[in-house]
Formats: sequence, structure tokens, C-alpha cells
Amino acid sequence: MVFTHLDPLAASIFSLMAIVSLLFAFIMLGSRWLDNYLYAFAAESWVIAGLSASVGYYAGYPELYLVAILTGLFRGLLLPYLLWRIIKRLDVNRELHEILRPSSALVVGALAVVFALVVAYRIGSELGLAGTVAVLALTVMLSMKLIGFLMLTVRHEAISHILGLLVLENGIFLGAQILVPGMPLLIELVILFDLLIVVACFGVLVRYLISQVGSTSSLQLKRLVG
Amino acid sequence: MTGLLLIVLVVAPALAAFGSLVGRNARFAEGVNLAAGVVSFAASVWLVVRAAGAQAHTWWASYILLDVTGAWVILCGAVVYLLASIYAVGYMRLLGEEERLPRFYALFAAFALTIFVGPLMNNAGLYWIAIELTTLVSTFLVAFEREAGSMEAAWKYIIVVSAGISVALLGTVILYWGGSLVLGPTYDLTWETLRRAAPRINPAILTLAFLLVLVGYGTKVGLAPMHTWLPDAHSESPAPVSAMLSGALLNAAMLGIVRYLSIVDAANVGGLPRGAFIGLGLFSVFVGAFFIVRQRGVKRLMAYSSVEHMGIMALGFGFGGPLGVAGALYHMLNHSLNKSLMFFGAGNAMRAYRTKRITAITDVMDRFPAQGGLWLAGAAAITGAPPFGLFLSELMILRAGFHGHYDWIVYAMAVLLIVIFIGFLNHFRVMYFEEPQGGGRRTEAAPSAWCVAPMWLAFLPLLAFGVWWPASFTSYFSLVSQALSGMRP
Repeated sequence: MVFTHLDPLAASIFSLMAIVSLLFAFIMLGSRWLDNYLYAFAAESWVIAGLSASVGYYAGYPELYLVAILTGLFRGLLLPYLLWRIIKRLDVNRELHEILRPSSALVVGALAVVFALVVAYRIGSELGLAGTVAVLALTVMLSMKLIGFLMLTVRHEAISHILGLLVLENGIFLGAQILVPGMPLLIELVILFDLLIVVACFGVLVRYLISQVGSTSSLQLKRLVG
Repeated sequence: MTGLLLIVLVVAPALAAFGSLVGRNARFAEGVNLAAGVVSFAASVWLVVRAAGAQAHTWWASYILLDVTGAWVILCGAVVYLLASIYAVGYMRLLGEEERLPRFYALFAAFALTIFVGPLMNNAGLYWIAIELTTLVSTFLVAFEREAGSMEAAWKYIIVVSAGISVALLGTVILYWGGSLVLGPTYDLTWETLRRAAPRINPAILTLAFLLVLVGYGTKVGLAPMHTWLPDAHSESPAPVSAMLSGALLNAAMLGIVRYLSIVDAANVGGLPRGAFIGLGLFSVFVGAFFIVRQRGVKRLMAYSSVEHMGIMALGFGFGGPLGVAGALYHMLNHSLNKSLMFFGAGNAMRAYRTKRITAITDVMDRFPAQGGLWLAGAAAITGAPPFGLFLSELMILRAGFHGHYDWIVYAMAVLLIVIFIGFLNHFRVMYFEEPQGGGRRTEAAPSAWCVAPMWLAFLPLLAFGVWWPASFTSYFSLVSQALSGMRP
């Protein structure tokens, strides 16, 4: 329960970082180039690493420094590198058949944020936390969740799906840093490693997809129905 | 002693996975995997006995837990692992992938390992990770045949399920947050702690967390409308893997929902959580019925039947009370046996007729009398006909529904079960009694004993449990029911 006795500077820093990472999610949503997704994801991860460190500093959880370092290394460097290798293996560098144009996707994303805000606000006032950074954290967490699902729905490239999943995870991770900084270290570490395995598995699967289906677009995956 | 058994349970498949990789020999891999199946089955039976005899044990700073509920799920998983390991020996040799078999068995044993580990986790976060690991391992088993269809199934499986259980992670984090408002910023996320704290956690947070977890793990359980990955993955993977997915994996994920339900029950948050669980269960039975009636593929038929049975289990746990829990647990064991039998039969038919289309499979009874008879009996059993185990458990769940005053849900469920009975057996009528229309490539070779023996091993207990509900099960189920309602620590 950090957020009730937080000095205003810390609260502003947390809010700023949460908002910036939400913006990066929007950049991913609004672009159709796979490279841009990747840079935005890496940047978002670095911001979240910064957030971990500053929560660790202001709220007095030294173990969060470790989490911050590992987040930066894993989510900020290693995962983007693995994804970059996957992208290099593909012969596409942009979304070819999006259901929603990026501009429309941005509008839907904005609506998702409004919805998340309403939900978070309700929960916040129920708990008597209205106006604290907790409401913002909940908003960003839920919005990134919704934006991730939006990316999964309106995009077809395998790499967009992987990044959509990673945005889902980033959203939860970001929210968890602010809401439950005391979450046992073990769990955070295992989740980080788990992500790494997930991306490795995706890499292998993408290779199979290319060799067996001849495409990495989910539009080609329509054999199994009914 | 119990700790030693747990180690045996977990180490046996781990060694089999390791041995298969190192041995690089298909026969050796078959052998160690089968041995691991036997050992872990024996260990799991013993664990159930131990769990019934004492209070829940915890080890390693209470990260590991053996309780009556988890032990039962492990038993169901171990039964399927053993049966599928026997079946795999015969079936996988037919695929002609000799040099990749060691890798298959390594993954297969690792999959069993992750299924055993999940129910043992005493921490909501670690449980989530175990469930995530089951997905990652089994994806490669689904993709094993490396055809376009299995690649597609594997891709859909990993995307849908990963997205789904990330919702469960969100629910877990929100529940932790709700708990941290009453327990202080750092505490152990054990099931027991959460249940004790539940009455003091804000009801809105508790309800929200449960609904998120229900959707998240519900995806993994295959509750409709999150079931979309299930028919693809079940139908495209090799038959032993289908049996493991359906008979073992789904139960391990169901356990998560049940544990969260027991946490929510401890608080007074109104009927929404239980109602949502029951609603999803009923909808799953409905979707199962609908797709069973108009199904064309034989393995997809079995897959939708899994959606249906998971729905029935959800109804059993959702109705709750001693009757509902007993019915659902009995259903779990019988479904594991029965669905293994059905997938083995479907695998044999697929191999013999070289097709998955129901209409191309004809004259089963004349061509394979012994095995065909078993498969047909299994089909009657899986639709809930007497005298088989699922009949008793479904009846018990219906009774639990009346007991809990869910009359209309019970009526709807009964109607859907009748629809499923007719639809499912109609497909078997086509396969058994319709005149062959010529065409269709066939092989005349009878399936090997490895492929038929596990069908008997699944069938005989299924029949026995249909005519005789062991008294020891009744007392065990009432222990589970007490544990879930917090009366037994």
C-alpha cells in the first residue's frame, strides 16, 4: 500500500512513466511497420524497467532494483533481439492486410483507454483511493491489456501476435510494479524467465510455420473449422 | 514418506524426459517413458491414500502443497499418462518418424511432469507458471506431425491459450493487490492465506479477480466461448497427445478455477462468481452439443465432447455442496478413462482408414470386431449411458443441481445431454452400420496389441465404476468438499 503516503514527486514520476509506456503501446497500435513495433516495445520495456527502479527507490523495496535490471536486460534487450531475428527470417516487413487501418485502430484504442479509466475509477472510489496513483496504474494496466487484445484481433502477421501478447504481459507487469511492489521476488523472476521461453517457443514455431504453411499470416490459417 | 512419494512422482517423468533425450534411441525412449508412467501412476495412487489420511502437507517454505483436491487431479493425470504411454508405443511406431521419437517421448514425459507439478503448487503465481509451462511443452507435441494442419493448430493453441491465461495473471495480480490492502504489502500468495483473508478483501476486487481468473483458466479448460483452440489442437495432435490434453491437462486447469472459487466462497460476495461459472459450464455443454451434432471429423467429435464434459464438470463444481463436488470429481476420473479410450479408438480408426472423416470410416464392427466393440461401448459410455461411470457422475451432478435449487439449469443440461446422446451415437451408427460406399483406402493390418490393450485398461475400470461406486471414494470426496469449503485445514 505504497500509494497512500507517497510524496508528490514520486507520484508524478510513476504517473509519467506509466503514461509514457501507454503511449508506446499506442505507437505500436498506430504503426504498420514491424520494425516500429519492435522499437516501441523495447522502449516501453525500458520505461517499465525505469519504473521498477523508481518504485524501488521511493517505496523502499531494494529488490526491485534487481527486477529493474533484469527487466531492462530481458524485456529491453534480449526479447527484442530474439524478435528481431524472427523478423529477419520473415520476408515481410509490414502488416499487409490489416482489418482496421492504423488510424481507426488508434481511435478504438482510445475508446479502450476510456473504458479502462471508467472501470479503474469505479474500483478506486470503491476502495477510497480515488485520485491516487493506484487508479492510474489500474487504468494503464487494463488499457494495455485491451490494446494488446486489439492488436491480436486486428493484425494478422505472426510477429504482431507475439508482440500483442508481450504488450498484454507488459501491461500486467507495469501495473504490478505500482500496485503490488511487495510481490515476492521469486514470482517476478520466474515470470521473466517464462517470457523468455515463450518467445523462444514462438521463434521455433514461426520457423515451422514458414516451412509448412508457407506464410506467417493468420489469414492463411483457415484449414481447421467447425 | 509422503515427501518421498512426491519426489518419485515428479522425478520419474523428469528422468524419462532426460533419458529419452540422452538415449537417442526410440525403443529406449518408449521403455523409460512407459516405466515413468507406471511409477508415477503407482505414486499417485499412494499419494491419494496419504492425502486422505492426513491434513494437507506443505514443503519448501510452503511452496509445495499436497491436499486432497490436488491429489485427485494428479491421480486422473497419472491414469491418462500411463494409458497414453502404453498406447504411444504402438501408435507412434506407425507414424514412421523413428529418428524423432526420442524427442517426442522427452516432450511427452515433460508434459506429464508439468501436469503433475501444477496441482502441487501452493502459490497462485507459481500455479500460473506451471499452467503456462504445460502450454509451451504441449504446443510442440501438437505440432509434432509437422503438417500444415498441425502447425495451424499449434499456432492457434499457443496464441489463444497464452492470451487467455495472461487474463488469469491479471486476475492473480489484482487479487494480490486486494490482499495487500488487508495483509500488508508482502505476503505469501498461498491458497490458504487467500481464503483466510478473503472475508476482509474488498468484494468488488474479489469478484473482479475471480471473473478474470475464470476467463483465463477457463480458456485453458476449454470452457466455451474460449474453447476455440481445443478442437484444433485435439484433432491435429497424435492420438496419445490428444488423450493427455483432454484427460489430464484440462483437469489441471480446472483445479485452478476450483481453488479460486473456494477462496471467493469464503467471502460473502453474492452469487455472481458462482453464477458466471455455472453459466460458462452450461454454455459449454450447449456449444458441445451443437458442434457434436453437425461434426464431420472423428477426432473433432471427441474434442467437442471434451468441451461438453468440461462444461458438466464446471456445473458440478458450480452447483457445489458435497453432492456437486463428489459428482464433479467422479466425473473427472471417469472422463479421463473414457476420453482416453475414445481417442485411442479414434487413433486406431484413423490409422486403419487413413482419414479423419466420419463418413469415410465404415464397417468398423465387421473389420475390427474386438476393438470396434470396445470403441462402441466407450461411445455409449461417453454420452452418459448406463452402466458406465459417467452415467453415475452425471446423475450425481443433476441431483446436486436440484439440491442447490438450480432447477432450470438442470433441465437445460438434461435436454442437452439427450441431444448429445442422439447426435454422438448417430455418428457411430454411420461408422458401424451404414453400407460402405466403396472407395476409401484401407489397410487390412489389425492394430497391434499396444494399441488395443490400453483400451481394455481404460474400459474395465470405467465399467466397474459404473456399477459400483466405491465407498472409499464417497468418504474421499466428502474430504475434498470439506477442504474446499474451508472446514478441513
